Amino acid sequence: MSELISEIVKKRFGDAVLETHQQHADDTIVVKREALLDVLRFLRDELDFKMPLDCTCVDRLGLGEKPQCVEEAMNPLLTTPESRPTLGAGLKPRFEVVYHLRSLSRRMFVRVKVRVDEEDPVVPSATSLFKGFTWFEREVYDMFGIRFAGHKDLRRILLYPEFKGHPLRKDYPRRGYQPRIPMPNLKGDPVDTAED
Amino acid sequence: MTKDTEALKEGDLYTTYLHLNMGPSHPAMHGTVRIYLKLDGETIVDSDVDIGYLHRGFEKMAESGTWTKVIPYTDRLNYVSPLINNVGYCGAVEKLLGIDITERCKFIRVFVSEISRIVDHLTAIGACALEVAAYTPFLWCMQAREEFYFLIEAITGARVTTSYVRIGGVRWDLPEDWVERYERAEKKLFEMLKDVEALLTRNRIFIDRNAGVGVMKAEDAIAWGFTGPCLRAAGVDYDVRKAQPYLGYDRLEFDVPVGTEGDNYDRYLVRLEEIRQSVRIIRQVIKQIPEGPVNISDWRIVLPPKEAVYNTIEGTIANFENVMKGIQVPKGEAYYAVEGGNGEVGFYVVSDGSGKPYRVHVRPPCFAIMQALSDMIKGRLVADIIPTFDSINMIGGEIDR
Repeated sequence: MSELISEIVKKRFGDAVLETHQQHADDTIVVKREALLDVLRFLRDELDFKMPLDCTCVDRLGLGEKPQCVEEAMNPLLTTPESRPTLGAGLKPRFEVVYHLRSLSRRMFVRVKVRVDEEDPVVPSATSLFKGFTWFEREVYDMFGIRFAGHKDLRRILLYPEFKGHPLRKDYPRRGYQPRIPMPNLKGDPVDTAED
Repeated sequence: MTKDTEALKEGDLYTTYLHLNMGPSHPAMHGTVRIYLKLDGETIVDSDVDIGYLHRGFEKMAESGTWTKVIPYTDRLNYVSPLINNVGYCGAVEKLLGIDITERCKFIRVFVSEISRIVDHLTAIGACALEVAAYTPFLWCMQAREEFYFLIEAITGARVTTSYVRIGGVRWDLPEDWVERYERAEKKLFEMLKDVEALLTRNRIFIDRNAGVGVMKAEDAIAWGFTGPCLRAAGVDYDVRKAQPYLGYDRLEFDVPVGTEGDNYDRYLVRLEEIRQSVRIIRQVIKQIPEGPVNISDWRIVLPPKEAVYNTIEGTIANFENVMKGIQVPKGEAYYAVEGGNGEVGFYVVSDGSGKPYRVHVRPPCFAIMQALSDMIKGRLVADIIPTFDSINMIGGEIDR
């Protein structure tokens, strides 16, 4: 490969690319949220990254802190609520949504990342470009509470609709308990979301 | 079929859609999944696939222990071919550590991966026949699979929950008589394959139920993120072992079978041929495998041998540090993909420099494929769901994690 994909994207998009790195030979591009769809479209149409591999998220709440601090904050058995350390120093913005795309002709993959803050966890949905991200984005919404603007069917996927919170966030306790769900009213109208 | 229903709508008869729950615990659904169907007569107008019934929180659990403690959890992802998951996860951590494993270990990992692939495909083919009520090939496949389970048991000590691969190597070397054991299993496999092919490949009922059903063409399959036999059945020669060779797959000769139509029947044929290619790889492995250690010698990563632990202070310290604090993986992130039974199994791991994984994400291949099931069965009959669903070979443990 003559030129790195991240270099090509950087040349084309300039300031919209926040940083790039090639750690362990994985080509990584961190882009601004506004430019995400343009970068993905450019990768798909002009650089032949047509296959959506994976979409996930990393909660960076504890990444900048000492590991023990995160451990104590997460585990209710170690500390009482008063002595529990508060997290939040971490890296900002808090969430990092990670996309992996693969090119069949180039025989390589590229990683695109976009960072969003806790107060405004909204990312433009890539499902209009890659329909294969439909369930992956639903899973990120389910596990991290990131909302994907423009996603047609943003529901929980692995957990049930009444679930409180988003379990893969670092501040969700490992032994978290959920409230009981009241019995559904079976006498009422049948639950039906489809239009007739 | 569509013409009939259109005629019915125009007529005077009152008709309405029938809403039907298929699953989550249905005798024909292998794996706990629910398909919410909207039916017009027997034709599927719309459907919604609901997964998550086997969700165990793999990714959350992985964050709680050391890097080594994740390995047993990976067995439970794709429980039909757990060894490939072991290889994938350990490969991802090794990529993050920046280490290279020994030559013999690479061949051992290739060997166990290919055995697991054979087991996975045998299960898929057997179940594929079972879905169209051919019970005999299913039992034959299970018999052949059992021979391979004996072999896996001899290698790892367990049939399904193997936990054989370690970061930096494998648990122990292959047993002395592994070649004979393998050849016994291979003999049984070929006897069985001959019979299964004779019963299924030109079987009128099997072809009628599978050919032209569950079609996914190449362009759509790529857009949905298909990998593995389902993508190759559509005619795309994408295989991680060829596209991004790992563990020295580029030194081994094998072909990537592709289909043309992308239907259930092609998926069956692709799986059948891949079994033969796996056997071809294993024969090369038996010829080429070198002698030597199976683990790297860095005691910060692999556990020291027990003689050293009990007799030297360095060994004791290394063992203690490794078990209590875990392997110290440097900060960073890595994505490592292997070709699993169903397609690309990818592990995205993030480390914060402590002895614990900061984030472990697995890309289950059938997750991407299952989201297209609604498209694949739309406009077809209810009876077509079963063979289509099975040719995807959804594994509940993998898709729900």
